[in-house]
Amino acid sequence: MVKISIMEKIVLPEILNLNQIEVYLANYGFESAKKAFSQTPDDIIDQVKKSGLRGRGGAAFSAGLKWSFMPKTTDKPKYLCINGDESEPGSFKDRQIFEDNPFQLIEGVIITSYAIGAKVAYLYIRGEYHKWIKLMQKAIDIAYERGYLGEKMKSTFGTEFYCDLYIHKGAGAYICGEESSLMNSIEGYRGYPRVKPPFPAQRGLWGCPTTINNVETITNVPQIISKGWEWFSKIGAPKHPGTLLYGISGHVNKPGVYEYPTGMLLTELIYNVAGGVPGNKKIKCVIPGGSSMPPLRGDRLEGVRMDAESLKEAGSAVGTAGIMVMDEDTNLLKVLIRIAHFYHHESCGQCTPCREGTGWMEKILHRILEGNGTSKDLDLLISVANNIEGNTICALGDAAAWPVKFMIERFRDEFETFVKKEVSLPVPNKVHSMRLTSLPLADLKK
Amino acid sequence: MSFKFTEENLTLIDKARKKYPTALAAVMDTVYIAQEQNGYLSNEVMEEIANVLGIDKVNVLSVVTFYTMYHTKRMGKYHIQVCTNVSCMLRGAYEIWDKVKEKLGLENMEVSPDGKFSLEEVECMGACGYAPMIAVNEDYYENLTKEKVEEILESLK
Ligand SMILES: Cc1cc2nc3c(=O)[nH]c(=O)nc-3n(C[C@H](O)[C@H](O)[C@H](O)COP(=O)(O)O)c2cc1C
Ligand code: SF4
Ligand code: FES
Repeated sequence: MVKISIMEKIVLPEILNLNQIEVYLANYGFESAKKAFSQTPDDIIDQVKKSGLRGRGGAAFSAGLKWSFMPKTTDKPKYLCINGDESEPGSFKDRQIFEDNPFQLIEGVIITSYAIGAKVAYLYIRGEYHKWIKLMQKAIDIAYERGYLGEKMKSTFGTEFYCDLYIHKGAGAYICGEESSLMNSIEGYRGYPRVKPPFPAQRGLWGCPTTINNVETITNVPQIISKGWEWFSKIGAPKHPGTLLYGISGHVNKPGVYEYPTGMLLTELIYNVAGGVPGNKKIKCVIPGGSSMPPLRGDRLEGVRMDAESLKEAGSAVGTAGIMVMDEDTNLLKVLIRIAHFYHHESCGQCTPCREGTGWMEKILHRILEGNGTSKDLDLLISVANNIEGNTICALGDAAAWPVKFMIERFRDEFETFVKKEVSLPVPNKVHSMRLTSLPLADLKK
Repeated sequence: MSFKFTEENLTLIDKARKKYPTALAAVMDTVYIAQEQNGYLSNEVMEEIANVLGIDKVNVLSVVTFYTMYHTKRMGKYHIQVCTNVSCMLRGAYEIWDKVKEKLGLENMEVSPDGKFSLEEVECMGACGYAPMIAVNEDYYENLTKEKVEEILESLK
């Protein structure tokens, strides 16, 4: 057994009642913000850039670099959006921050707003998180009372700068986690993604420069400022430093959210951190970063590490670090159907390949489940997926295509057992005249 | 029957309105407030939302019909939501789903004749590590078994 090194937690420190303001203050709360205000915004951006902090919302893009895209000279107001939509199946980490460390998130918002010059920040939280919205609102109210948000900040920190933070409550739409859709949702429109460019830093909320970061990304910021970028850059994988909130779910003995450095071995996380697979069963498949990411084979997990580069090399991506574990008895066809159904349901319908393709994939998979699929259907699925990928406005298209394409490619052996080897002849079907079907002719005469 | 917001809710709407530079942006909050007061979103309710915010009714309708948490028909006093997405499915969500369906005698999106229960199969609720789960109105119930689900449903009066 590999021993897990004891290390400091950055996002979820193990301090009892840290979600209480007094405890937070007793643990250097809002000291980072104070430190930040003694420096220029450019200095802050520079430090975050050098720290190597990358987005925790899916794409792992450099946070400091993203902030540097915000125009320095503009007469328009600037905005910060914090993405707490957390609707990617397998992801359940941001809610832990709302629950256990809300003030560090607020402090991160203050520092980020100062760095990019935003006066107003919107924290977008998925509507189903009623409980966590209430917790977060309570923390925000306290921060206002104590002068850590709003105009009172001026006297608290002795600065000219102040900012407001508001919660925007979502209402049940996965697509609103996509950054441009999120902005439309805040503006009061349907959550339709926008065509990019222009990027949010050029034209975001109400046409103004906007930065969007994930909740976990922002919660890292205060510690980077207080302990220094060099300290942060040395934790975990060099190209993707810091910690991750690994959300481990599915067939493990101790599912949950665990904070460990980036670059942990996937097997160490599954077997040591999450207590292994119930009944000591073998692992058939692991999705390492939320349901949109390409699934990995259970017999190819050796040596795979949880950071952006290593996972790319292994043929997947880090996504939200939501690790879904499936044991040897899992029916992957049923898993894939469930995933395909999700993307079909959540497609906003703007682009034809995504709107139609997700529906086709679900239908074809159902045909296979009903025992009417052939080997050709598997190729057809891959072809539909390939035609969605890269041909849509937003990345939901890719997110829908990848699981289908890679699940079938990587588990072709299993999927072949669900389909008939020989291609059945197209015979007229009672409902759709020319559809490929294997109904016996006798049945048609009824 | 015309719909009017209570004084208290008008204050809440005013507060929501102040978060944003435009009135339109307050529509989602306002729709929630209306749904809470009226139980569901009828034509009159949507019209009143548009009136209060001074926006076009089309904007209200387009938002209401886009998001799954807004309901244009009255749901049950207890709206039961069962997540069947992958992480939950791997830990027996479909057994929970079947149990709930059987117990309530309802199919997806149906409301019981007495208006007490409604049922919805939902997508991932962000509780994957505590699967399987259901939500009753706003509250999550996690790490469930069929027995626990039965107990929960029976406790709802
Ligand atoms: C369909 C879709 C859903 C997404 N959902 C989320 C989400 O729930 N939370 C999140 O932080 N990012 C989500 N993203 C990624 C965001 O678009 C964006 O990249 C991210 O919030 C940027 O923050 P980061 O750089 O700090 O990761 C989603 C992207 C897509 C395409
Ligand atoms: S890819 Fe899908 S979800 Fe994204 S904009 Fe196009 S239709 Fe909508
Ligand atoms: S899959 Fe059910 S809560 Fe995430």
